[in-house]
Amino acid sequence: MAATIKAGAAEVSAATSGLNPYQGPPVGDNVFAKITQNVSRVMEVPKPPRAWYIAFGIALTLLSIFGACLGWVVWEGIGAWGNMVPVAWAFDITNFVFWVGIGHAGTLISAVLFLLRQNWRTAVNRFAEAMTIFAVACAAIFPGIHIGRPWLPYWMFPIPNQMGMWPQFRSPLEWDVFAVGTYATVSVLFWYMGMIPDFATFRDRSTSTIKRAAYGLVAMGWRGSSRQWHRYERAYLLLAALATPLVLSVHSVVSFDFATAQLPGWHTTIFPPYFVAGAIFGGFAMVLVLAVPARQFFGLKYIITIKHIELMAMVILATGMVVGYAYGMEFFIAWYSGSMYEGFTFQNRAFGPYAWAYWTMIFCNVVSPQIFWWKKMRSSPWVAFIVGVIVNVGMWFERFVIIGTSLARDFLPGSWGYFIPTPVDYLTLGGSFGLFFTLFLLFCRYLPMVAMAEVKSIMPEAHVAHGDHH
Amino acid sequence: MSTDNDKANDTGSAPLHGLLAEYDNPTALVRAAEKVRDAQYEHWDTYTPFPIHGMDPAMGIKPTVLPWIVFWAGLTGCVVGVGFQYWTSVIDYPWVISGKPFWSIAANVPIAFETTVLFSALTTLGAMLALNGLPHPSHPLDLKRRFAKVTDDRFFLLIEARDKKFDATDTRALLESTHPAVLDDVAEDRVTSDKLPTVILGALAVLTTLAILPFALAYKARVSKSDQPRIHLVPNMDNQPHIKAQQESPIFADLRGMRGDVPGTVAQGNLQEDDHLYRGKLEGGAWARTFPKEIAPSEQNMKRGEREFGIFCAPCHGLSGHGDGMIHERAAALGQGTWVQPTNLHQDYLRQQPVGELYNSITHGVRNMPGYGHQVSVEDRWNIILYMRALQRSTAAAPTDVPESERGALK
Repeated sequence: MAATIKAGAAEVSAATSGLNPYQGPPVGDNVFAKITQNVSRVMEVPKPPRAWYIAFGIALTLLSIFGACLGWVVWEGIGAWGNMVPVAWAFDITNFVFWVGIGHAGTLISAVLFLLRQNWRTAVNRFAEAMTIFAVACAAIFPGIHIGRPWLPYWMFPIPNQMGMWPQFRSPLEWDVFAVGTYATVSVLFWYMGMIPDFATFRDRSTSTIKRAAYGLVAMGWRGSSRQWHRYERAYLLLAALATPLVLSVHSVVSFDFATAQLPGWHTTIFPPYFVAGAIFGGFAMVLVLAVPARQFFGLKYIITIKHIELMAMVILATGMVVGYAYGMEFFIAWYSGSMYEGFTFQNRAFGPYAWAYWTMIFCNVVSPQIFWWKKMRSSPWVAFIVGVIVNVGMWFERFVIIGTSLARDFLPGSWGYFIPTPVDYLTLGGSFGLFFTLFLLFCRYLPMVAMAEVKSIMPEAHVAHGDHH
Repeated sequence: MSTDNDKANDTGSAPLHGLLAEYDNPTALVRAAEKVRDAQYEHWDTYTPFPIHGMDPAMGIKPTVLPWIVFWAGLTGCVVGVGFQYWTSVIDYPWVISGKPFWSIAANVPIAFETTVLFSALTTLGAMLALNGLPHPSHPLDLKRRFAKVTDDRFFLLIEARDKKFDATDTRALLESTHPAVLDDVAEDRVTSDKLPTVILGALAVLTTLAILPFALAYKARVSKSDQPRIHLVPNMDNQPHIKAQQESPIFADLRGMRGDVPGTVAQGNLQEDDHLYRGKLEGGAWARTFPKEIAPSEQNMKRGEREFGIFCAPCHGLSGHGDGMIHERAAALGQGTWVQPTNLHQDYLRQQPVGELYNSITHGVRNMPGYGHQVSVEDRWNIILYMRALQRSTAAAPTDVPESERGALK
């Protein structure tokens, strides 16, 4: 028995090493096969690159820390965090909004750019969709533990229960449950549907029985029939058309959590567009953070090219300025309202005890993307990577500034306070990156990282030559 | 028969499934598809690694009904979203919040929108799979080793043998006229078993059982009764370290959980320096015979005193003050041997008692009567005495006390 397995393993490794996987630009003859080989190679090589192991080790460590923190919070209660009146929403909700925001670029690239016929999206859309799903998974944890009794989150769902009660559907917090739940579901559907043809490719290239069975199961017997492609493309278009208003609605609803409250600094109508722009900004930055190392270490340089990085840098530059405009407009609205509390809140934001957080945010989100005005900087992957990291830091601080500073000093000076995080706060935030990167690294190794069928379909060789009918 | 190295199949005895032509590029395939379409075959298809633009008209594929299915699903989602919110918040569990109406459509738009998208999206994937006949685990083409390249870079055209127009010679001739790279027969699949492997069946059975288990346990808990207290998954939060009255506290050196005032301080409103007002005494310690200057014998204070007397004094002393209140009557009716009748307030010694002493009796109690200082405010205790003096006067008044104009009514 053991001998058979050993023999089988030897055969598999011989087969995979014998593949002589192609790594190079998809030009000349056999362009389609070159794309297949470039992408499938990651799944087919017996061992991923050393960088993958190092990254996976770090991610798993962070994930364990995350698990320990969540366990401690469930056992001890949210007193383990630094949350105190008046700052009763602190890292928990900041992290939730941060991760949900990250999760927006995926659907934006997949759906909105698809409807706008931006073909360059095919190189990065699978990435971005995976990032979306993992980010929403991270986000969903925080409202669950933030309620204090994490074994009762089913109270948020409209389930018949022994109390005979229903959720309050007129509350923005309940809208959140539906918006984020729908978004997570639709993102998974979109992602999965997009992967079906690529799963079929992996199935047909797999040499081991287990891989064939696993990829065959999820490919559901896809054989590339044109009659099926017809319905598939129509379904993809429909999902894109559905996801586009959905992606705009989700962060708008998240912003309603704040905008419908009467707290100065939250109570403002600019929030929905401002939050959506911020989400696109942060999401694209995260795509860069993931795509730059992945193309480097998995040999996808010929598919995710410098041009793609440049285009994403331009989106970051544009949305960064929208966000900067919103920061300025908030001050104008505070002054124009004539409300002394509004005016105070914004003075306090920029010059009060949280000024360090405010100016960090301004530097990261408004100043740092300006480097992308230079083409040389836009087309340098590692500059893009660094700016992506900085922007993500800035977007985390943006949510903290909105939530923390507004709560810390509201109407009555007698009820003012200052939020000090505990080690559990920091470790939970850091640990959530562990969950995100663990899922992402597994995705890189085992799932089609690039939408092969889509990339092939937009190549010049895919177009039918016209004119010479036989 | 077959030209390439196919997987083991008893092709000699298996009936023909169809003819498979292979092409190098999308253009060749589209040209071939146009020919097969014009030859009016029905059971045929092309297989490609990616959707080819222009293949639908080349094959004569009619637009799918999918968008209409999704449209109706979306409409259903919207109706369900609105209807469910209406039913829960207006009919099943109406809940007043800040006096707002039970139904305010603007607040119900976000959730109705989300359910619309959710229903549409689930239906899009589900209907696409159903219309495409997926999952489709086994197909005769799977036995063609060359066909594995269909998901890589090769383009195929299959005409099935069951087609009415299929003819072994004519169909082959038609396909050969399209210049395929390879053309050969596909046999029916006699190799692949129709049955699911036992391992998968077993796993499905186990998973189904496990999936039912939580629901069964929840149902059992709902229908059966138990004397046991609820199970607390995390008992930690049941035992909170706060100090109850009279408990020790390790935080303070004297171990007293209840803390007294800080020495040398007085709580707001507790600085009661005025002996006359707060204790009914004059400077030498004698009972005051006059009302303190804060309590003027006014109509308003008299009315206030009447009200407070009715609340605190009348239950025992009676509304007229004769010691015959409701409690006394009840005790008398029950024949309570130990019951002492409340004091009749219309006695001479009480008429002559200084108001300061009366104030003291109300505040701290006297004989069987408990003190009312903690229930009745300082001002109201004086108001009660003011009213009590009026009551006493009412039972011992001379005709001359009645105003001149009213005296006629006495006769």
